Amino acid sequence: MPQGPLVYRQRLLTRITHWVWAVSLFFLMLTGLQIFNAFPSLHIGLESGFDYDNAIFAITAREVEGEMQGITRILGAEFETTGILGISDGEVRAIPAALTIPSKTSLATGRMIHFFFAWVLVITLAVWLIASALNGHLRQLIPTLADLRALPQDLKDHARLRFHHGASYNVLQKLAYASVLFVALPLMILTGLSMSPGFNAAAPWLLDLFGGRQTARTIHFLTMVALIGFFVVHMAMILLAGPLNEMRSILTGWYRTDGGNHD
Amino acid sequence: MIDRRKLLLGGAALALSGCKVFDSATAKDSALRQLFASHEGLTKATQRALIGDRLAPEFTEADIRQGQRPNGSTDPTSAAYRQMTETAFRDYRLTVTGLVDAPQSLSLADLTALPSRTQITRHDCVEGWSCIAKWQGVPLGDVLTLAQPKLTARYAVFHCFDAIERNLSGEVFYYESIDLIDAYHPQTILAYAMNGSPLPVANGAPLRLRVERQLGYKMAKYVHTIELTDTLAALGSGKGSYWADRGYEWYAGI
Repeated sequence: MPQGPLVYRQRLLTRITHWVWAVSLFFLMLTGLQIFNAFPSLHIGLESGFDYDNAIFAITAREVEGEMQGITRILGAEFETTGILGISDGEVRAIPAALTIPSKTSLATGRMIHFFFAWVLVITLAVWLIASALNGHLRQLIPTLADLRALPQDLKDHARLRFHHGASYNVLQKLAYASVLFVALPLMILTGLSMSPGFNAAAPWLLDLFGGRQTARTIHFLTMVALIGFFVVHMAMILLAGPLNEMRSILTGWYRTDGGNHD
Repeated sequence: MIDRRKLLLGGAALALSGCKVFDSATAKDSALRQLFASHEGLTKATQRALIGDRLAPEFTEADIRQGQRPNGSTDPTSAAYRQMTETAFRDYRLTVTGLVDAPQSLSLADLTALPSRTQITRHDCVEGWSCIAKWQGVPLGDVLTLAQPKLTARYAVFHCFDAIERNLSGEVFYYESIDLIDAYHPQTILAYAMNGSPLPVANGAPLRLRVERQLGYKMAKYVHTIELTDTLAALGSGKGSYWADRGYEWYAGI
C-alpha cells in the first residue's frame, strides 16, 4: 500500500460528475434493456429486415416438444439460453426482469426514465467538458508522448498487478478514461440521437455516418456492452489498487501516493 | 425475532427481485415519475428549436426492400367499417370539424382529386424497428385550409374506426393528436396509397396519417374524423392520445 503524502487529485466537479454519470449509466443501461426487450434483435442497415434477414443478434423463444426454449442467435450461430435470455422465470422475455427497470414489462416507463437520464448525462457531460477544458483537467486525461513511451512498461506493471500510485493518472488510466469520455459516451449520445425521427430531420448526415438507423441502434447496444466491460475492469482495478485509497480519492479528492521519487 | 426474520426475508426478496427495488419510484402518481416525465417538455422544445420546418430524410425506390409491417390494429371489426371494405370505401367520408369555419365531408374521390405528395420514408415503431415504404396522400395542411381553422385552433385530433381495446365502458377507439406545427409540415399527409397501391386494410385503409418526424404510434390509421381543438383535456384521459394516456410521450420525436 502507498505510504507517501496525500495529494488532492480529483476536484469537486470531477467527483460530482463522476457519481452523476455512475447513477445515470446504471439507469440508462437497465432501462435500455427494457426498451431492447420490445424488439430484441439487432440489425445492420436503414431498416429492420422482416422479409429478409439483416439481423446480427436476436433473442427469441420457441416451443420444442411442449417445452419453451430461450434462443440467442449471434451472427447465425444459435445458443440455447433458457432461464436467462429468451425465457426467464417461466416468462417469454429477452432480458430477465432482474436486469430491467422497471422489472415488469413497461416500454413506456423504460423510455421515460431512459430519456430523463440521457438528458442528465448530456448536460453534466457538457458542463464537465467546458469546465475541464478551462481548468486544465482535460489535458490530464490525454496521454502525452512520454506517457505513450511508458506504455509497454505500464502494461507489464499492470499485468504483474504492480500499481503505481501517482499524483497524476498513469497512461492506461488516461487511455481508459479518455476512451469512455471522448469515444464511448459521445458515441452513445450520437447513436441514440440517430434513432430519433425528430433529430433525423435536424442532422440527417448522422444517419449516413452510422449507416442507417438500425445500424446506429446496433452500435448503441454494442457500445453499452463495451461500457459494461469498462465497468468490470474499473471495479477490478479499484479492488486491486487499494479500495480505501481509491474510494477516498473519488469521494473526497484526497489520494495517498507512493513514497520515494515516483510522482 | 419476528422482526429479524421479516428483515431477512425482506432482504432475500429484495435480492431475488432484482430491479423491483425501483418499481415503486415509477408508480403512476409518484413524484419521481413526474420528474422523469419532465424530460418530454425539454425534448420537444429542443427538437422544435433544432428542426424548425426541416424535412425527415427521404429514400429511394431501391431502399424499399419489403412490405410495410402492420402493427397495432390490423383489421377493424366494426360493422360500419366492414361494410365500407365491401364497397371499396365508396361511402367513406372524412369529416373535418371542430374549430373550423367551413366543416368538410370529403369522399375518397374528393381527396384523391386534390394535389398529392409522394414520399419514401422510414417508419419507426416505438418498439425499435424501422421499415421503409412509399406513401402517397394529400397534405393535411391543404385539407385543413379547406376547412378554414379558427384562430383559436391549436391541435388536430384524429378519430379512428379501430377499436384498440375493449374495457368496462365499451370499446375504446384509437385517437391521436398533433399540434398545428406538425399538421402544416409539408410531409404531414393523409395517405391513401402505399408502395404504389391503394392503402391496404392492415395499414389503415382508406386513410391514415403520416407524421414523418415522429414515431409510428402518432400516425393514426383508419381515420374518419379530424377535429380541430384548442385543448386536449377533454380527449381520453387528457394526454391527447391513446398511447400518451398509457404513459408514452405525446411528443414522439424520440
